[in-house]
Amino acid sequence: MRRLAARLPRRDIVFVASAAILLVVVAMALSAPFVFPGGPWEVVGPPMARPLSDGFLLGTDTIGRSLLSGIFYGARVSLLVGIVATALPFLLGMLVGAVAGYYGGVVDDALMRLTELFQTVPHFMLALVLVAILTPSIGSIIIAISVVSWPPVARLVRGEFLILRNREFVEAAVLSGRGDASIILREILPNALGPIVVMASLMVATAILLEAAISFIGLGDPNLMSWGYMVGASRTVLRTAWWVSVMPGLAVFLTVLAINFLGEALNEALNPRSALGTMR
Amino acid sequence: MRAFRYVLGRLVKACLIVLAVAILNFLLIRVAPGDPATVIAGQSGDADATYLAQLRSDFGLDEPLPVQLGIYLQKLAVLDFGMSYRERRPVADIIWERLPSTLEITATAFVLALAAGVLLGTLAAVNRGGVWDRVSTAVSLIFYATPLFWVGLLLVLVFSVELNWLPAFGRTMIGGPESGFPALLDRLRHLVLPVLTLTLFYLALYARMTRASMVETLDMDFIKTARAKGVGRRRILFVHALRNAVLPIVTLAGVQVGQLLSGAIIIETIFGWPGLGLLAFNAVLQRDYNTLLAVFFVTSLLVVVANLIVDGLYLLIDPRTGARA
Repeated sequence: MRRLAARLPRRDIVFVASAAILLVVVAMALSAPFVFPGGPWEVVGPPMARPLSDGFLLGTDTIGRSLLSGIFYGARVSLLVGIVATALPFLLGMLVGAVAGYYGGVVDDALMRLTELFQTVPHFMLALVLVAILTPSIGSIIIAISVVSWPPVARLVRGEFLILRNREFVEAAVLSGRGDASIILREILPNALGPIVVMASLMVATAILLEAAISFIGLGDPNLMSWGYMVGASRTVLRTAWWVSVMPGLAVFLTVLAINFLGEALNEALNPRSALGTMR
Repeated sequence: MRAFRYVLGRLVKACLIVLAVAILNFLLIRVAPGDPATVIAGQSGDADATYLAQLRSDFGLDEPLPVQLGIYLQKLAVLDFGMSYRERRPVADIIWERLPSTLEITATAFVLALAAGVLLGTLAAVNRGGVWDRVSTAVSLIFYATPLFWVGLLLVLVFSVELNWLPAFGRTMIGGPESGFPALLDRLRHLVLPVLTLTLFYLALYARMTRASMVETLDMDFIKTARAKGVGRRRILFVHALRNAVLPIVTLAGVQVGQLLSGAIIIETIFGWPGLGLLAFNAVLQRDYNTLLAVFFVTSLLVVVANLIVDGLYLLIDPRTGARA
C-alpha cells in the first residue's frame, strides 16, 4: 500500500486537483445535514434567484430552493450509488468470472453466453426498464446499474483465471486436496486482483453517470435530491434561468472527471507498463 | 467454406441472443406490478374488462407459464407487441414510424464520430507526446466524463439561446418549408445539435481506442520492415498500420451501437426528436411498460444486427477470420 502511494504522481497538478475535487464532494456529502439542516427541498428564497445574489452562492431553482443545498445533498446520492453500484456488480462479476474460468467447459460456455447477452442489450435502456418496473427508488436504481455493469468484470476475471488456473502453485493446491472454494478465493483471486482493481474506478464513474441519466429522465428516487434530477427538472427553464440546470450538471462533470483522472493515475501506478490506459 | 461456416455460426449465435432477449422481456412483464394482461394492454389499471379478457385468451395468460412463453414468442416473431393505450393503435406501428428518426441521428453521429475519432487518434499516435496527442487525450477524458444530457443542454444554451443560430427542438420547423432545398436545409439545421451532442461523446471513445491500437501497431515488426523497404510515410500509416489497427475499433463500434441507441433516449428527450428514444421517455412517464419493453426489444435487435455487420466486416478486413473458430 505504501509502495503504491509512493508511485502516485503527487506533484502532478491534475492529480492533486482531482483528489481535491473528490475530497470536496465527500465533504459535501458528509456535511450536508449540518450545513443545510432544513434539507434540500426547503424553499428558502425567491424562485430563480441568480447566482451570487441575495446570499445564494449558486442561486435558487424554479420554486426557490437553494441550489447549493441541492448539490450538497445530491453528492450523497452520487457517492452512495458510485460505491454500492460498483461493489455489487464487482462481486457478481468476480463470482461469475471465477466460476467460469476455474471450471471451464460447459459451465464456462453457459456463463459466457449469459455475459454476452447482458453485454449486447443496450445498457441504459435495460436500466430504465428495470427501474420503471421495480418502481423508482435508490435501491432499484442500484440494482439496475448493477445488472448492466457486471459483464466486463466477469470477462476480465475469467481471462485471469484461465491463465492462472494452470500455474504450478494452483496445481499444487489442487493436488494437496484443498476444496475448490478455498483455491479460488485464497490462491487465484489475490493474484488476479491487480487488473480488476483499476476497472473499479472506471465503474464508479460510470455508475454516477448512469444514476444521473436515470434521474434526469425522471426515474430518480422521489425522496432523495439528485444532481441528475435537478438538471432534468429545470431544463424547461433553460432559456430564462440557465444556472439551475448548468450548476448540478457541472457537479456531475467535475466529480466524474476527477474520478477518471484518479483512476488513470492508479492504473499507471499499479500497471506501469500498460500505456494503454483504463478505457480499453 | 470456412467463411460460410463462420457466417453460419454467427447467425446461429445472433438468433440465440434474440431468443434470450425475448425471454428476458417475457420475464420482465411478469415482474412488472399488476396483472400481466394490464401490462400488455399498456395501461395501468384502467383497461376495460372485455379487452383484458381478450388479451388473456390471445396471450393464453390462464395457461401454464411455458405455454404462455410459447405464445409470447410466436407473437414477437411476427413483431406483434400488443396495443398502445395512449395512441390506440399497435405498438409495432408506432415503432416503425419512429425508427427512421432514431436511425437518422444515430447513424449520422456514428459516422462522424468514427471518422473524426480515428483521425484524431491516428494523429495522436503518430505524434506521441506532441500537441495532437495532448489535445486528443484531453478531449477524450473531458467528453468521456461529461453527462450526455449536460452537453446537450450546454449546446442549446450557446447555439440556440445565446447565438440563436440553430433550432433546439424537433425534426422540422412547424409551418416551415415543405419541399425542395429550403426544406432540406431546415431538416439539416434541426439535425446539427442532437447529432453534435452524440458525436462529441463517441468521438472521445474512438479517438482513445484508435490511439491505443495505432501505438501498438506502429511498434510492430512489419511496420519497421515496410520502413526499411522505403515505403512512403503516408502509405505506411494509412495502408499498412491502419488496416491492422482498425480491427479493435470495428469491434468497439459494434459493441457501442447499444450505447449509441441508449444515448438516443437522452438526446431525443432533450431535443424533442420524435424517435424511439422519445417514445421510451414518454412510455416511462406514463408507466406504459408494454411500449417500453417493445422499444427495449427492438433496440436490442438493432444491436444484434449491427454486430452481425461487424462480423461481416471482419471477414472483409482480415482474411484470417474464422480460422480459429
